[in-house]
Amino acid sequence: MTDAAGPVLAADGTPLKKSLNRALRRQKMRALMLIAPLLLFILITFIWPIAQMLLRSVENQIVSDVLPRTVVAVVEWDASTEEAPGDPVFEALAQDMMVAVEQKQHTRLGSRLNYETTGVSSLFRKSGRAVDEMGELAMDQFVALDEGFEAPANWAVNLGTADWNAALTDWVNNGEEGNAPRFAADPGAAEALPQTTRLYGDFANFVASDGDNPLDEDIWPILFHTLAQELPSADLSSVAGTGLPLVAAQGPVAGFETEDIKAAFIDIDEDWASVEVWQTIQTYSPDFTNGYFLNSIDMQKSPDGAEWRPEDQQIYLTLFWRTMLMSFVITCSCILLGYPVAWLLANLPASKANLLMILVLLPFWTSLLVRTSAWKVLLQQQGVINELLVWIGLVGDENRLALINNATGTIIAMTHILLPFMILPLYSVMKTIPPSYLRAAKSLGATNWTAFWRVYFPQSVPGIGAGSILVFILSIGYYITPEIVGGTKGVFISNRIAYHISSSLNWGLAAALGSILLAIVLIFYWMYDKIVGIDNVKLGG
Amino acid sequence: MKLTKTLMATTALTLAGTTAIADGHMASEMTIVSWGGAYSASQQAAYHDPYAEMTGVTIINDESSSEAVAKLRAMNEAGNVTWDVVDVVAADAIRLCDEGLALEINHDEQLAPGDDGSTASEDFGDLIVSDCFIPQIVYSTTAGYRTDLVGDTPPTSICAMFDLDTYPGNRSLEKNPINNMEWALLCDGVAAEDVYDVLETDEGIAQAFAKLDTIKDNVVWWSAGADTPQLLADGEVVMGTTYNGRLFSLIEEQNQPVGMLWDAQVFDLDGWIIPTGLSPEREARALDYVRFATDTQRLADQAKYISYGPARASSAPLVGKHATLGIDMAQHMPTDPENAKNTFLYNYEWWADYRDDLDAKFQAWLAQ
Repeated sequence: MTDAAGPVLAADGTPLKKSLNRALRRQKMRALMLIAPLLLFILITFIWPIAQMLLRSVENQIVSDVLPRTVVAVVEWDASTEEAPGDPVFEALAQDMMVAVEQKQHTRLGSRLNYETTGVSSLFRKSGRAVDEMGELAMDQFVALDEGFEAPANWAVNLGTADWNAALTDWVNNGEEGNAPRFAADPGAAEALPQTTRLYGDFANFVASDGDNPLDEDIWPILFHTLAQELPSADLSSVAGTGLPLVAAQGPVAGFETEDIKAAFIDIDEDWASVEVWQTIQTYSPDFTNGYFLNSIDMQKSPDGAEWRPEDQQIYLTLFWRTMLMSFVITCSCILLGYPVAWLLANLPASKANLLMILVLLPFWTSLLVRTSAWKVLLQQQGVINELLVWIGLVGDENRLALINNATGTIIAMTHILLPFMILPLYSVMKTIPPSYLRAAKSLGATNWTAFWRVYFPQSVPGIGAGSILVFILSIGYYITPEIVGGTKGVFISNRIAYHISSSLNWGLAAALGSILLAIVLIFYWMYDKIVGIDNVKLGG
Repeated sequence: MKLTKTLMATTALTLAGTTAIADGHMASEMTIVSWGGAYSASQQAAYHDPYAEMTGVTIINDESSSEAVAKLRAMNEAGNVTWDVVDVVAADAIRLCDEGLALEINHDEQLAPGDDGSTASEDFGDLIVSDCFIPQIVYSTTAGYRTDLVGDTPPTSICAMFDLDTYPGNRSLEKNPINNMEWALLCDGVAAEDVYDVLETDEGIAQAFAKLDTIKDNVVWWSAGADTPQLLADGEVVMGTTYNGRLFSLIEEQNQPVGMLWDAQVFDLDGWIIPTGLSPEREARALDYVRFATDTQRLADQAKYISYGPARASSAPLVGKHATLGIDMAQHMPTDPENAKNTFLYNYEWWADYRDDLDAKFQAWLAQ
């Protein structure tokens, strides 16, 4: 009675509850450690790639990464004016393009935007070849004014911090081991000449990342142009460095002949004057886009929001619908063909059942490609089945059946290929139904049909459910078989996904299509769970 | 905690092991990617074997050229490029160069001069369609027909493809707008030099699809180069398009009753690129290999095994007889003057722009 008020203690004196919790936690940890390898494996090889793929479907950083200045400058532009943006946007574009060309990013962006507007790919490629001449007019005038402008070292002294300049000298003195230090902008210079300093920073960092010395490489012509734009109105009092004769140049520069960058771009390709191109750049400048998803459902972005694509480009909804429908048909034919076989397997004496089982499994062990190609030989117009039918006289020589390169071909070949996935779960469920139930039903007066339909069939439903889920989900994602035997009317959405992954390289669109497919599968799974109940699915025993 | 330690130790060991293997790989092995089949065999005989004998390098063949661009992009993103030299068509070389995935080449400095004293860039001439592209062969996409199924008047023009009255039966065309759109317009009365201008307009595209519509129900669409030869051999189609080398082997090596139709053949190029992101030793090795494999004699040697035209002008006079059949190869080259009377040059720049758009329209048209 003395201890009744206090907590119950374990043998070592700690409260029992605490001790119990600790033991449980240890047990949980041990269990977690045991499954850790598998968990990690799945995380790294399955969940992580899927998450990354999903991210790709909305990712669009490439535009703002490659054209950081342009996307900011073009925000203000109003497409409804029906006129290309003004000079500041083209100035920004020239600077961005110079950096992008050096980093070989501009053609990448060109192919990205070409998915949205035809012609952007060559526009960027063409402009990339000409952009390094932009600013040469300003460069010549600066050099004529004072040759000090030509020396890269002077730019470094003026625009970089003293620390960066010192680090750079150290790096040079140490035999240029590794890459040059990253550029640090002098705050004063950045305040007085913001664009020039920023562009010079890109220059210095690019040269460094290439393994070269920023003090040796020729300054980009566009830097001279940018400086010529900024210098006349700049307040140079904050610029501490004394490399470039900036103060002396300030007056003369105001009288420089300036290059019309906008005209220069339009001269390279008149598409730069097109509203459509700029609209595309503007529409796709945010870091994330729903453009790929809209594209996946035959829609597109436009200035007035989403709209349907032109009718002659609509294809994905048709393909999604066809994929669903044909997967459903394939699942049904698998049930029809698989049910009797599974029943035989479950009810024949062991020796015969084993033989039958091998026959079911044999195609399962054969390569998918071999099986599909075999169907090609069987089904084509000069193939075995047609020859046989013509020989019997069932069809005329002129009217041979088109059994391949269409939806029929896909359904036949895929039903055959997926049949084991239906038979095996059905078999394992039927094996557990005691034969005595059927005998009992019959002895109570049921006909064969009633006994089957009221007693046997309901018990085999979990097997049908498991088989159907397997077959349906597998066939939704199938792509090799439809590609080989499907022609044009029998291909699935996965064939387009494969095309965008390996041929058109539009990985964003492929990711969006894949995400939609994944969502559809999950919705079907959820519906199945609601209607049939996932607990009623048996894969075995 | 013992388990964690064991795990970490194993991981560390595995990593160390892989790195060691990777290092060893660089010294004496190189992976060359190509198309497989007869084409890779011809490269093995003409380039790989002599090079391996000369340098002692082990060459590993990878047959991934058809998806080289996608795989190289993925390798580059993962930061682990395992290929040393890659054989791609010119259009893919341009894209790889565009994406910064292929090394830019100074053709005159890094490739051997021609045997006739010309510099490499003179010798290859216009075929250097991209800074990254090292031309190897000229091939063409052209048509073949069953000689026993076309009656007494074998076709002489690509337009036979669209003539169902004279040549009834199925045809096989590539499941791709490239070439088909051009042929449709050519056979609809558009002059060869105007084809791409017409195709840039909506009416032009509609015109091409209308022409293709006339045969749409009789077309088997192929996606692999081996499909048409198989369909021709099986008698599934009366005529079909494929690469000229495939038809050569069907006709000369397998003796099938198939005839060659050189009319309006579309020239295309195939060659090497070297991926970016290789270590300096591997890059040097790859450049050395490419220099060897694209010299005048080596390019002429390849033509002994397969009927594709060498990309160097200086190689043409050296093209001899087929290595096993003993037949004269010159007349089977797409570039032979007899065969090249009416040719069409694949317009890379144009397709780079219009491919995405036209492909969407083409697929939608197919699905209708």
